[in-house]
Amino acid sequence: MEMSGQHRIRASRQAVWEALNDPEILKQSIPGCEEIEKISDTSLTAKVKLKIGPVSAKFAGAVELSDLDPPNGYTIAGEGKGGAAGFAKGGAKVTLEEDGAATILRYEVNAKVGGKLAQIGSRLVDSTAKKMAEDFFGRFSEVVGTPEDMETAPEAVAAPPEAQGLSPLVWIVGLIAVVGVLLLIFAF
Amino acid sequence: MAESGIGASVRRKEDNRFLTGKGRYTDDINRHGQAYAYFLLSPHARAKINGIDTSAAKQAPGVVGVFTAADLAADGVGGPICGWVVTQKNGEPHKSPAVSALASDRINFAGEQVAVVVAETLTQAKDAAELIEVDYDVQQAVTKMKDSLSSSAPQLHDDVPGNLCFDWEIGDKAATDAAFANAHHVTKIDILNNRLIPNAMETRAAIGDYDSGTETMTLYTTSQNPHVARLVLAAFMGLGPENKLRVVAPDVGGGFGSKIYVYRDEIVTLWAAKKLDRPVKWVADRSAAFLTDAHGRDHDTHAELAVDKDGTFLGLRVSTLANVGAHNQIFSTATPSYLYGCLLAGQYKTPAVYGEVKTVFTNTAPVDAYRGAGRPEATFVVERLVDKTARELGMDATDLRRKNFIPKDQFPYQSPCLVQYDSGDFNLLLDRAKEVIDYDGFAARRQESAARGKLRGLGLSCWIEACGLAPSAVVGALGGGVGQWESANIKFNPTGSVTVFTGSHSHGQGHETVYAQIVSDQLGVPFDSVEVVHGDTAVVPFGMGTYGSRSGPVGGGAIYKAAQKIIEKGRKVAAHLLEASAEDLEYADGTYTVAGTDRTKTLAEVAFAAYVPHNYPLDEVEPGLDETAFFDPANFTFPSGAYFAEVEVDPDTGHVTIMNMIGIDDVGTVMNPMIVHGQLHGGFAQGIGQALYEQCVYDENGQLITGSLMDYCMPRADNFPMFTTEETNQPCPHNPLGVKGCGEAGAIGSPVAMLNAVVDAIGTDIDMPATPEKVWRALQSRAQAAE
Repeated sequence: MEMSGQHRIRASRQAVWEALNDPEILKQSIPGCEEIEKISDTSLTAKVKLKIGPVSAKFAGAVELSDLDPPNGYTIAGEGKGGAAGFAKGGAKVTLEEDGAATILRYEVNAKVGGKLAQIGSRLVDSTAKKMAEDFFGRFSEVVGTPEDMETAPEAVAAPPEAQGLSPLVWIVGLIAVVGVLLLIFAF
Repeated sequence: MAESGIGASVRRKEDNRFLTGKGRYTDDINRHGQAYAYFLLSPHARAKINGIDTSAAKQAPGVVGVFTAADLAADGVGGPICGWVVTQKNGEPHKSPAVSALASDRINFAGEQVAVVVAETLTQAKDAAELIEVDYDVQQAVTKMKDSLSSSAPQLHDDVPGNLCFDWEIGDKAATDAAFANAHHVTKIDILNNRLIPNAMETRAAIGDYDSGTETMTLYTTSQNPHVARLVLAAFMGLGPENKLRVVAPDVGGGFGSKIYVYRDEIVTLWAAKKLDRPVKWVADRSAAFLTDAHGRDHDTHAELAVDKDGTFLGLRVSTLANVGAHNQIFSTATPSYLYGCLLAGQYKTPAVYGEVKTVFTNTAPVDAYRGAGRPEATFVVERLVDKTARELGMDATDLRRKNFIPKDQFPYQSPCLVQYDSGDFNLLLDRAKEVIDYDGFAARRQESAARGKLRGLGLSCWIEACGLAPSAVVGALGGGVGQWESANIKFNPTGSVTVFTGSHSHGQGHETVYAQIVSDQLGVPFDSVEVVHGDTAVVPFGMGTYGSRSGPVGGGAIYKAAQKIIEKGRKVAAHLLEASAEDLEYADGTYTVAGTDRTKTLAEVAFAAYVPHNYPLDEVEPGLDETAFFDPANFTFPSGAYFAEVEVDPDTGHVTIMNMIGIDDVGTVMNPMIVHGQLHGGFAQGIGQALYEQCVYDENGQLITGSLMDYCMPRADNFPMFTTEETNQPCPHNPLGVKGCGEAGAIGSPVAMLNAVVDAIGTDIDMPATPEKVWRALQSRAQAAE
């Protein structure tokens, strides 16, 4: 599956940075997140429990950063295992743009799904993942900025002229959310 | 014709219980103390298994046992087998890699069974399965046949170099090459025969039951052939001996070939019951059925037809790649070889035919016989090619076919493809089909559609098939592993009712009705007094089961023979009772009459005397009226037909509407027209499903992405018009009832008629399934090419 999008978060860079480094805030932002652990500056694990309709399950996700190119972007690789539900492996490419006092995040996610997730959900993966990512950014903006300040736009705009770095954690968390929720939804 | 005898449209006996919820399917059976099995399926299509840790699963609540390949190997339990040896071009047998009952060190398709959990409840088994840690070393899968044959492809099996199962040929290559050298015109076509997923309404299921007191095992299972299952389980899986193993196939909700085989889940469930000394039930959910049932078709073919100036066929050349999936199963070598290649001549007297087939292992589910098994694929090749030839020559499609038909007076006809067609009248079929579809009125109907902005098309298929598997000697010579006769036992009860035991198995066909009709017809007993028993190795002497449209021609033949034995034995008893000589007795409608007198005895009276032999010729005849017969016919039966499909295509959306679908069939003498029509209609639905809707898709990583009914489009009743089917009732010359099989006919002849109709409508070649998107794209590229 492939997915891209962008989010504008109205918060100062410093505030966002601090929030992204606060595991408690991340936990609040990832729907169903029970546990989040920062293993190092470039790796993170999370346990996510989600209930969607009649389906409730626990997923373990881990992401690793690579190709760090601050402040222009990052590549993130992640994997989520959902037992009988199958697996999702993903990568995300990220670019960052300052927009006045706010920050625009653009992402392109490419994920492979397998097992029941592919068998049952291949047609629904894209829309589900998109909704999850938006849920994450929505919550994150609620915590960091103010809810009405959060804007989303589905289509990409011109490339950023010069971007300032945001913590890579925002992408990590986004990917975990995507992977985790994908696994959940199709765990029947 | 009697009201309930041969040829009467008797309502099906079995429908009473099916329609009132009284059917008894495997999942309806519960054994005291039964536990539930759940299989952990591989999420990867290709991987090495470095290790499996079941320790946490074994500790989970309710778990009775967790088993892997190692446990089965320790008990010497074998995996699925191949039942047919195909000799390759080079004289060597096909490659048949050993398969274990659970994946041992390697995964070769997504959904391959890795471990089984047995627990007190199904939910507990599923929960525990989540705790099994499998260390997979995931590798790149190969799902496409051409990729799999490339030199850089991953190798699925250590003992199968190049992933090639076999490279096989049929026909005369030199003669065919010579025919092409002298041809006026050669038509060429590339064809994909789309991969299908069977989707029987009832998913596969099994209950293993072990009696440690008598050391006997019982397997209740969804099988089309319980005796074959018992033989295979005992002989190859180490789950015998046969006298300690009973296989029961109760009511079974559809098979279409997918329930011929003995699958891993069934082997393991039976073994686990013995291992744990308690009954174990396993039922596939629909998701598992998609992944693990044997799939059908999946051919990639190039074919060429050489013709003379006047359209006379000179030679046919066919080269096919057939996908066998991850490993072989019982008929997976026979289906793309003999069941396919033997029918490549079609209804035509093409003098030279040469076919070659390479079968290829890929990281996909095993592919095996599916309704029609090889014959729909052959029919599709021949009839697409003939249709295209007619277009290229500017000839009428019916005229070209007629010119090349094997004439009625040339039967039996030795085909250049091994088989000898027993009978047929192809002109009769085509004449009647043209009348029924109103062939001459098509031009006007096309104009009328055009006036509404629609594209109308008419498609024809003139098909022949070989079925009624059958002649044991021939099947054996071609590599078949078992005989192909069928047995029947007819038992008169003392008070005149009759019980019939048959080795064939009904999973929707209506045996209980048709066999009762045959017995009622032959023995003069009321239809309602005949009970047909099938599907239990403990009560039926033996049998080869139901597949390849064999129950009518072979199973019916055995019943007929057993009935004649009953009549002959009864004659001796009646002669005694009537104090006449047996030669002076005439038999008709269940009654013996002393010729020229009014002195009679009915079979019911004879039966009573046979069981209560107070006045009985004990020194000449044994008591009882109970006869068993085996029937092994001299040849396959060769049903044939002419089908027309008429469609209307909406050029704006690509949507295909079926305007009409008719079939004229020669399926021999018809036992029950209602049931025959039902079989044909079902075959049409399945065949049109292939032509317009169904497509199994694996992604490049070997994930099945059409793995549910959301993404795999099955045909529905509202897709279809009312079908018209008629039969010409031309008896098969070599079985006593004159029956030719009808179970697969509809699915063999209809896909190509439907696709030919779509091609006729849109004016360009297209592959199945002709989905709206594909049709629309074909129309767009045709329009672009015209610019």
